[in-house]
Amino acid sequence: MKFGVVVFPGSNCDHDTHHALATVLGRPVDFIWHQSEDIAGFDAIILPGGFAYGDYLRTGAIARFSPVMRAVTKFAKSGGLVLGICNGFQVLLESGLLPGAVLRNAGLRFVCRHVYIRVEHTDTPFTRAARPGQVLKIPIAHSDGNYFCDDATLHDLERNGQILFRYVSPDGRESAEWNPNGALSNIAGVINHERNVAGLMPHPERAAESLLDSADGLVILRSMIDSLARRESQSVGASVAERVPA
Amino acid sequence: MIDTEICVTPTLAAEHGLSLDEYARVQKILGRDPNITELGIFSVMWSEHCSYKSSKVHLKRLPTKGPQVVQGPGENAGVVDIGSGWVAAFKIESHNHPSFVEPFQGAATGVGGILRDIFTMGARPIAVLDSLRFGPITEGQGATSAEVSRNRRIVDGVVRGIGFYGNCFGVPTVGGEVAFEPCYSANPLVNALALGVARRDELFFARARGVDNPVIYVGAKTGRDGIHGASLLASAEFTEESQQKRPNVQVGDPFLEKLLLEACLEAMHTGAVVAIQDMGAAGLTCSTCEMASRGSTGIEIDLALVPQRETGMSPYEIMLSESQERMLLVAERGREEEVLCVFRKWELDAVVIGRVTSGGLLRVLDHGRLVAEIPAHPLAEEGPVYSRPLAPPAKPSRAETLVAFAPQGTNLTENFAKLLAAPAIASKRWIVQQYDHMVRTNTVVAPGAGDAALVRVKDTGRGLALAVDGNGRWCHLEPRLGAMHAVAEAARNVACVGARPLAATNCLNFGNPEKPEIMWQFSEVIDGMGEACRALGVPITGGNVSFYNETLGHAIYPTPAIGVLGILDDDSHALHMGFRAPGDAILLLDGAGAAAAEAAAPADLEREFSSSEYARTIRSIVAGTPPAIDFAAEKRLIDSLTALAVMGLLHSAHDLSDGGLAVALAESGFASFFATESLGAHVALQGTEPAEWALFGERGARAVVTAPQAALAAVEQIAAQYQLGLRKLGTVTQGIFRIEYNGREVVSSPVARLRASWADSLEQALAAR
Repeated sequence: MKFGVVVFPGSNCDHDTHHALATVLGRPVDFIWHQSEDIAGFDAIILPGGFAYGDYLRTGAIARFSPVMRAVTKFAKSGGLVLGICNGFQVLLESGLLPGAVLRNAGLRFVCRHVYIRVEHTDTPFTRAARPGQVLKIPIAHSDGNYFCDDATLHDLERNGQILFRYVSPDGRESAEWNPNGALSNIAGVINHERNVAGLMPHPERAAESLLDSADGLVILRSMIDSLARRESQSVGASVAERVPA
Repeated sequence: MIDTEICVTPTLAAEHGLSLDEYARVQKILGRDPNITELGIFSVMWSEHCSYKSSKVHLKRLPTKGPQVVQGPGENAGVVDIGSGWVAAFKIESHNHPSFVEPFQGAATGVGGILRDIFTMGARPIAVLDSLRFGPITEGQGATSAEVSRNRRIVDGVVRGIGFYGNCFGVPTVGGEVAFEPCYSANPLVNALALGVARRDELFFARARGVDNPVIYVGAKTGRDGIHGASLLASAEFTEESQQKRPNVQVGDPFLEKLLLEACLEAMHTGAVVAIQDMGAAGLTCSTCEMASRGSTGIEIDLALVPQRETGMSPYEIMLSESQERMLLVAERGREEEVLCVFRKWELDAVVIGRVTSGGLLRVLDHGRLVAEIPAHPLAEEGPVYSRPLAPPAKPSRAETLVAFAPQGTNLTENFAKLLAAPAIASKRWIVQQYDHMVRTNTVVAPGAGDAALVRVKDTGRGLALAVDGNGRWCHLEPRLGAMHAVAEAARNVACVGARPLAATNCLNFGNPEKPEIMWQFSEVIDGMGEACRALGVPITGGNVSFYNETLGHAIYPTPAIGVLGILDDDSHALHMGFRAPGDAILLLDGAGAAAAEAAAPADLEREFSSSEYARTIRSIVAGTPPAIDFAAEKRLIDSLTALAVMGLLHSAHDLSDGGLAVALAESGFASFFATESLGAHVALQGTEPAEWALFGERGARAVVTAPQAALAAVEQIAAQYQLGLRKLGTVTQGIFRIEYNGREVVSSPVARLRASWADSLEQALAAR
């Protein structure tokens, strides 16, 4: 099982993500340079936070054209696990790998603080280790996190169970007061229809050690590890089954 | 474009800010008249900002040495040893005038500049703090409504600028301080402090070595922005025309700086880099002549090779441009390709523009034609040095109005709530949440959660604490004593998160040094700082002087901002300021020990109290003298706090400063800017002094700590061991905040109400733009 963390020029949460996976969780991780189109050997790809290509023009708008994104798109289409965090989420939205878009925060300012998000579905590779409705304390840090999509898309997201996380109060209630950026329907993160590509504005890698106030983000990273482990054992099982006739 | 054939005269020199004497010195060094490019070069290098010509004689009196000091003043940043083969590089710098002219870009490039100073040393920046001063942002504080709305715009621009740069660069802005006084209305202060870490054996210095080694220009292209930023903007007073200086302000690109950081650190790792210096104030001029001077070599460059953003730039403009995000480095001859390759990977310009030479000359060519030739060492190091006249200010002709204390038994709850809403004391959430204070996942004590910020150094298990403090009002009333308090408070703040103070950096913000009373303030502050740093064992490893903080002849308060760096051997021992559990014992630790119990004369109390935040906010009085300082007491408090942290006995620690004991108790109850729940306190105090002095007095060497009842005996034992005064004040509560004085209730309020006054006032003032 190997994680790849993409490094765009301007990524600045790449090392933090590496630290959470490698040091805190003890999993193999490598960086992937944005010019690389070779991502063979990776089992899950994380697009980290930061300001890819300076976020000039629009967040994630330039990064979607990078060579590595061609490879990531191919990887995603073939069922590989891809998680976008903050700027990584913005890149996935721009790439069309996830539905919707983000606008400037409703307050028109950068916001950095801990927020509370509720896990809306636990039947995904990114949330399987969570309890249904579990509230996670995880930080955000962004100017453009105000999730938006049209009514039809919102309807689809709801119907297909693609809204993965919502901003809530510490005790799990939805209200405008606990929505930090004006996101539509308090959406903090979504998953694609195929349930292998997810993105969220909050930073799970920043909530990986109780020394730094919260370790709630580990639920998301552990879910991915768990999912990859299951895939591995299934594929081992499958290949064993092929070789040994029943 | 300036004509290079223009004839240089003493009048033209004066327009460049060089006096007649200074111009004569230029002629003597060159043995001839300078040409226009050379005049420009001398004028920026000998500006107050770059040459420290008025401050040099005084700065010599500061302590700069200690076993922990790896690099003292004179390099891009100070460096101290933090153990296990690691060092910390840190420095504070001002960007005051640019931030007034163009708040957003001024503040942004202030952060950019100090970050480059850190990674130039080979250290990766891990934290930024800011010390900010603005004019009043609320009506009725001695400013007109036009000033108030302008001040709000400046605050907004500065805060957005700092956030813009740090957030994108990927360094957490972990703390700092901000204060509001009328004297900063037309001259705000923006001081940025950066901290970085490096392996001790991988430090880099700005000393050009090795004749014929290539000189490489890297980073952004050179444009016409920021020309004369150091000489005309930073080294002169403001007048009504100062807004016309906007073209002198630089424009920042944090994305480019992030690439520059990664590329520089990677290039340094190749082993092919000999020396490196950033191009900050005075750009290419400063970096070339200082590197040559420090390395006792010369440098020759050809400006035709310099990457340029605009066409038709003259040698004068290229040499004086302060375009941001540029570095100059010297590589080992024959290995330049290794360095250039790294910069290509990061898609940055990197060009060999010259070479190191023998003979000590800075030679500047343009398409092979010589346009400037100056001995580097005299240019960089032998500028004018002034021992300017000093004179204490005239005594006021009539007696000061001092605070008259409220009669015993007065209920102080309303005044207390008002004090909590004062911009200097109120929650800074509005500011702090615009800064990414968590990136790099090292922030153990976040802004507002402790008296100092604490960032861990991964791989070592250690934590580095940083606090920056200044008290312009106290330095205005008594410069020497005020400066001592600034050092003591920063050191105490570091100790309140459990760390041991190691070293200090300082940013000295003053008015026009050509005025004897300003120079007297400066000299007094230096002496105060020096004495405090010696007494507390924190040598000064670097910093910056900012003079000419005057607009239309009105100077700011003398405002030294002192940053103290401390170390915590185990980051899990970090202390926060927030109360943790109802029922915990609230204790007052007093470094003055038994002596603290002795009552002072009533007249002295009035004088001392008149200098407090309470006197200013509630009574509109700024007078008297700051409290006396007792370094032995400060040292005892610092030592005992660090011992208590290691033993894990405390649940919280918070020093007494603005607003005294009552404010410290309330803030500990609020716990942090972002806490969703607050706790209260029930305390009973006794004393012979007036209740206002007991609640809101600001004497130093004191801290409020809490401990579980079961740990009380152990805390008392440590206090006795360090000869520390310890008073049991009461207990942590829920819901109600109550203070009794000599058996009478003087403050009583629901915690939620106090929190509301504290939490929302800054936001309300600034949202009302």
